[in-house]
Amino acid sequence: MNIFQEIPLHNYLFLSAILFCIGVFGVLLRRNAIIIFMSIELMFNAVNLLLVAFSTYYSDSGGQVFVFFIMAVAAAEVSVGLAILVTIYRNLHSVDIDELKSLKW
Amino acid sequence: MTVTSRNPVHSVIFLIGCFFAIAGHYLLLNAQFLAVVHIIVYAGAIMVLFLFTLMMMNLNEASEGHKPALARISAVVSAGLLLFILIAALKKTEPFAPPLTIDHSIGLVKALGNTLLNEYLLPFEFVSILLLSSMVGAVLIAKRDKSPKPELE
Repeated sequence: MNIFQEIPLHNYLFLSAILFCIGVFGVLLRRNAIIIFMSIELMFNAVNLLLVAFSTYYSDSGGQVFVFFIMAVAAAEVSVGLAILVTIYRNLHSVDIDELKSLKW
Repeated sequence: MTVTSRNPVHSVIFLIGCFFAIAGHYLLLNAQFLAVVHIIVYAGAIMVLFLFTLMMMNLNEASEGHKPALARISAVVSAGLLLFILIAALKKTEPFAPPLTIDHSIGLVKALGNTLLNEYLLPFEFVSILLLSSMVGAVLIAKRDKSPKPELE
């Protein structure tokens, strides 16, 4: 009952590389700031998946503890970021990042 | 789909599907505790936060203009080149032989808690302080323009 005989570790490497690149693509392509946040979450998840795969591969639970920390930091980041976005929306009535060029309004 | 769909609510739904798929991968990789935490934190908390923000901003129609064509083409090209380089570099690596034995108990709460509270106790406390400060900060930022308005009037 060994997962790496069914699915080699290389497949996990490719999967998380593809997920990470989709996240980068979303950050570069979209203008809605909320969707940019979601793409950042996608990149976090790619890294988490790779950490879990390697921690299972080496039978070391340190990697899973790291994933736990990354989840906590991502939750903190999302809460503060969305609060900032709500403030921006109240002032500008838009979350389009192209309209956030000025530092002062 | 998360990235390309025009309606932000649809992309939230697709992202929830993606998170459930990743939680299934965690289950396959013997990380049961992390799979449960992932579903609770991401699909439960973070996505609800995104949905509330979207509904509060009333963005649920496709109200977003396109970027200029040059920016879109350069986004496609740069993301594709990054993917190409990563895949090419990973193809060159030695194939990982499947390990003979896997410790099935490392994903359980017992082993994970032992590691968390023995080796990583200090980062654990830092994470708790970080979460507390981010909670206070989020409340402070979101409520900021309530107080100056009565002074103006």
